[in-house]
Amino acid sequence: MMAEQPLPDLEGSVCPVPLKHVEQVVMGHGSGGNMTHELVKRAFLGPFDNPALRLGNDAAIVDPENGAQLAISTDSHVVWPLFFPGGDIGRLAVCGTVNDIAMMGAEPRYLTAGFILEEGLEISLLEKVIRSMQLAAEEAGVHIVAGDTKVVQRGKADGMYINTSGVGLIEAGVHIGGQHALPGDKIILSGPIGDHGIAVLAARGELGFDTTLVSDVAPLNRLVRAILQASPNIHAMRDPTRGGLATTLNEIARQSNANITIYENTIPVRPAVSAACEMLGFDPLYVANEGKLVVFVAAPDAERVLAVMRASEYGSLAEIIGEVTSSPSSRVLMRTALGSTRVVDTLTGEMLPRIC
Amino acid sequence: MKHLNEYRDVELAHGLLRDIGRKLTQPWVIMEICGGQTHAIMRYGLDQLLPSEIELVHGPGCPVCVTPLELIDKALAIASQPGVIFTSYGDMLRVPGSGRDLFSIRASGGDVRVVYSPLDAVQIARQNPDKQVVFFAIGFETTAPANAMSVLNAQSLGVENYSVLVSQVRVPPAMHAILSSPNNRVQGFLAAGHVCTVMGYWEYEPIAAQYKVPIVVTGFEPVDILQGIYKTVLLLEQNQIAVENAYTRLVTRSGNSPAQNVINKVFEVCDQKWRGIGQIPDSGWRLRSEYGKFDAEYRFSVGQIQPDESPDCIAGLILQGIKKPHDCPMFGTGCKPEHPLGATMVSSEGACAAYYRYSSSPLIPTSQVILD
Repeated sequence: MMAEQPLPDLEGSVCPVPLKHVEQVVMGHGSGGNMTHELVKRAFLGPFDNPALRLGNDAAIVDPENGAQLAISTDSHVVWPLFFPGGDIGRLAVCGTVNDIAMMGAEPRYLTAGFILEEGLEISLLEKVIRSMQLAAEEAGVHIVAGDTKVVQRGKADGMYINTSGVGLIEAGVHIGGQHALPGDKIILSGPIGDHGIAVLAARGELGFDTTLVSDVAPLNRLVRAILQASPNIHAMRDPTRGGLATTLNEIARQSNANITIYENTIPVRPAVSAACEMLGFDPLYVANEGKLVVFVAAPDAERVLAVMRASEYGSLAEIIGEVTSSPSSRVLMRTALGSTRVVDTLTGEMLPRIC
Repeated sequence: MKHLNEYRDVELAHGLLRDIGRKLTQPWVIMEICGGQTHAIMRYGLDQLLPSEIELVHGPGCPVCVTPLELIDKALAIASQPGVIFTSYGDMLRVPGSGRDLFSIRASGGDVRVVYSPLDAVQIARQNPDKQVVFFAIGFETTAPANAMSVLNAQSLGVENYSVLVSQVRVPPAMHAILSSPNNRVQGFLAAGHVCTVMGYWEYEPIAAQYKVPIVVTGFEPVDILQGIYKTVLLLEQNQIAVENAYTRLVTRSGNSPAQNVINKVFEVCDQKWRGIGQIPDSGWRLRSEYGKFDAEYRFSVGQIQPDESPDCIAGLILQGIKKPHDCPMFGTGCKPEHPLGATMVSSEGACAAYYRYSSSPLIPTSQVILD
């Protein structure tokens, strides 16, 4: 029998002490979302403070004394499994740094590569990764000019980790950065989102589903060159990697102190990505990409840039997905297909599958 | 996906919105029970599109939100023990217990793993015979069949190193509790479609009759939810008390008998504490004594853990539909998904998390510096 007693008194009831995870690193600190940003802010930005770092772009722009501008970036790769449909840790390591440099409007030229290898790793597997890096470097037109190798005891690394750093040259007159988006700019996305994240997740084999999806990992510097040739009015570019498109747009909204509005039904998502996200309770807006970029361009040039992107193999499914508006609240809003408006927030921490 | 797109059809949705508007003659307060529905409402902005006469309040149907603190503390105690692999649905990792969460346990060396199905946890137990594998069996009637099945599975395979930490809750007693509260404002319910897929909806007929509220079994896509609201409004406007089914593609009156049989074989009804609400008679399930050996609480002697909740947030009032997330002074400032003060902010199905993530009305301070 169901008893019908009234509820207990609820005045002041239910919350535990908040957990800020300030004493210990947890996986969420590596998500690329808010927890990562807070760790960077708390731990790194103070001690390392300088104007180039403070801007918080994908690559830093430095101005050596001879007048040329250099873009410098570094990126560590810890992906598991080492090989996944569409790519591997080597291709990822080259493309990651090439893309971070290219997003500043720079032409990437030289990379360095640091390897942390786990005792017991098969040399043939290492050679396969190196071969993949060589091919990716050729595709991007960059040279790997220095490197380092360390070995750690078995069990201390997942096969191998790779760090790459790179420098690129910025032509005179190019001023691109996350802080330069302007009200009125159109936002172009170079293709469907979420392919990399879902392909890697499926390759881990823990989810019990198969997919024909392949990672989009690709060097985007040739696409960037075409974009820059098509318009002198490119204001910002970024590749939406960890944290996904939503996090990238939020970063630029904050850096440029502008509002961003995107339109749900213009954002390309492959059906396989949509289906996997539905099943796992993920939102494709937060799933990682490794071969996509968003471009913020003055509205009159948008169609021309879109056409150039669509002519490239790296942007054939590009779409205009939104625009920058002048409200100073630095938020990303989405106009849903139904006509309502909602906030698109930054990724919080580690993405977790929902319960049911 | 084509099938899914039909339930997100813009024309259909707007047609239903017009129909709802035409039938309204007065304001109504409707509660959606399930956190999945709360999220769909916020994600698609249905609250903005509905006529202002319809007030949607959000029910206690988020399994993560209502799992009591002592169960989470027990989970943390078990997960920190050496030789234990602690498995859980992903959302539970973020829920803070008394000072720690499962993320902290993992960071301190505990073996905490996210699984998609409790049957995967049984598989992990078979692959690790020298470890104790524990599954955190939480949830409503939706997760109960799979959670129960894992116990049957472990028994039939002779898997001795598997156990479950159970916190199962049932919807109908919670509706009784909400409707019998002197603070109740709810005039009609959207019943949770997936709970009813398992249990059917015959259990709701006495509730509708006793409290004179219409109840409409409702799905999770925008068109489903609008259809549920439309049917509820029709019943309210016609002063009709009935239980109707707006999720006929999955739900029947009697539900899924094999799933119910599995539940009844493994679990028995018990009184259950709900986080934020308190003890509700007959609102939970516990392992029957014949499956007592699979009970992690006894296997690990954590039955004595009884923590106190601290008084910082209003999650309990939100879970009952008495308050909205915006009513909380901590919302979006002291309490965010990455630093939740309350369970309603923790879970991806929690009402506060839904408001925080999707609602464009509150101004949320953002001051992060970015470095990629």
